[in-house]
Amino acid sequence: MDSRFITAIWVVVGVPAALVLYIWGTERLINLLPDKWQPRVRPWLWLGPALAFLGLFLVYPTIRTIIRSLYSRNERNQRFIGLDNYEWFLTNTDARSALINNVLWLLLLTLFTVGLGLLVAVLVDRVRYESWAKSIIFLPLAISMVAAGVIWKFMYDFRPPGAPQTGTLNAAIGTVGINPVTWLQQPSFRLSTFALIAIMVWMWTGFAMVIISAALKGIDPELLEAARVDGANEWQVFRKVTFPLLGPTLAVVSTTMIITSLKTFDIVYTLTNGNYDTEVIANLMVKQMFVIGDFGRASAVAVVLLLAIIPIMAFNIRQFRAQESVR
Amino acid sequence: MTTTAIPDAPPATPAERPVRRRGRRQLLVHLAVVVLMVIWIVPTLGLLVSSFRPQSVLSTSGWWTAFAPPYHFTMENYRDVINQSGIGRAFVNSLFIAIPATIIPIFVAAFAAYAFSWMEFPGRDVLFVVVVGLLVVPLQTTLIPILRLFADWGLTGQFAAVWLAHTGYGLPFAVYLLRNFMGSLPKSVFESAALDGANHVTSFFRIAVPMSVPAFAALGIFQFLFVWNDLLVALIYIGLSNSENLPMTAAIANLVNSLGGGWYLLSAAAFLSMALPLAVFFGLQRYFVRGIVGGAVKG
Repeated sequence: MDSRFITAIWVVVGVPAALVLYIWGTERLINLLPDKWQPRVRPWLWLGPALAFLGLFLVYPTIRTIIRSLYSRNERNQRFIGLDNYEWFLTNTDARSALINNVLWLLLLTLFTVGLGLLVAVLVDRVRYESWAKSIIFLPLAISMVAAGVIWKFMYDFRPPGAPQTGTLNAAIGTVGINPVTWLQQPSFRLSTFALIAIMVWMWTGFAMVIISAALKGIDPELLEAARVDGANEWQVFRKVTFPLLGPTLAVVSTTMIITSLKTFDIVYTLTNGNYDTEVIANLMVKQMFVIGDFGRASAVAVVLLLAIIPIMAFNIRQFRAQESVR
Repeated sequence: MTTTAIPDAPPATPAERPVRRRGRRQLLVHLAVVVLMVIWIVPTLGLLVSSFRPQSVLSTSGWWTAFAPPYHFTMENYRDVINQSGIGRAFVNSLFIAIPATIIPIFVAAFAAYAFSWMEFPGRDVLFVVVVGLLVVPLQTTLIPILRLFADWGLTGQFAAVWLAHTGYGLPFAVYLLRNFMGSLPKSVFESAALDGANHVTSFFRIAVPMSVPAFAALGIFQFLFVWNDLLVALIYIGLSNSENLPMTAAIANLVNSLGGGWYLLSAAAFLSMALPLAVFFGLQRYFVRGIVGGAVKG
């Protein structure tokens, strides 16, 4: 039995026990306080562990990264260089390529996952094998991006024309007489970026489908029936009744997909590592940090990512407030 | 809002839809659904079939030829992967990482979610909105400062670093999900418990936790999948220099980068890494989908 196993057992049992003991112990202490103070102190003690983790792992590093992005590369004697790292980002060709790709990711991934998710949710509502269809579409979400990368290496594999194609896609287009394509080494028209986006569409459509489908089932069937009685055809019912009612759900799903597309890293790292014009911001940052060792520039890249997400965060908070007010 | 899970979905009721040309339209629907199902299953099926084919035929013929004679199937890829490339150890590492990193945030989030749901204090709503807002902070922003912190504490390369980090990163979603669930529990139950003299600790352990089991299950599955499938956090806080502690995802990423053509190992390794999440997913998908939907749609 190796020591890691014993540590893991200790953590799995010990940490929950410590937390329960913490809550139980603080309740004892709170009871010693005057009655008036108890309800004021208690919530903060219950929130304490969560706020400590959030502060340490999300709030503090964000502030540190913003500050670090204003300093020079060298760790030992950091020099304040103002916005130079940002200037580098805006003038560097790799960075510009990454920006363009991230915009492509954002538009196409969101459009396709939400669109296909909606289509599938509406279609499977009309067949008997709905649960099977949904499980199959949802399945890729349980697969790690790295394993998905391997799966799609098989799909996109390339052999020179004439040789038997082992890649599913090239074999498929071969049957109609098209020459094999190097899907993942193709900078022209950013074809490889599109190939990578397709993988993520495959993975995330199930997520959109499941949530949209649940909202779809929440729509009162009498509403739809009333529209049909009034003479609307199926398409009109969908466009005028179903679609508007799905609005808030589509907003939630789109937000999630936009955030996912901005954070894209794993699939690019494993399949192309940003070569052939497939660079994305997150991968660029990891490269600056671990290959080049420029923490200043890496921090600036991270801040750019954060800035891109701020409008979405604002939208989310507004959405959330609106929801809370009807709770 | 209904919270229908995948397997619970009621059968569609085309009979209730008196639409003209129903037959032809229904055929088109079937066709579209079946085509989508085939497209979605083919990549995974290809990997599964490939993982049982010997190295010699893998590089000369596509996986679909395996269904025609002569048949070549073997378990050798799996044997090689488990014995040689350290994947077996990485699999165990993944478990060591994922189980504590699933359990700790659930406990931490449960207390916070209860406070947000059933305690009154100034600034409660603002604080909750901030916590939910943290959902969208990109992981990449936090890597450098946390890495330096871990280096100062001597935690880099250790499992503890990844446990702590995943707890922090998983909390916004965990608090969000659990608060939505706990907050929607009937108020009367808590009030009558308070009248009977129950304090918050009793209410939490006797009422809130037992009634929130579906939410805990969903959160547990989601967090487990998230941690199990993570590459970035492990790669950075454990690091390539401590490869003996790296999880499956990192080991496979290394295989992809180093072997390129060593497919016969890759396919088996990738499938091994998928096996556990897929088992978790199919075993518990009922809870999974219901809990996620409860959190994301109901609001």
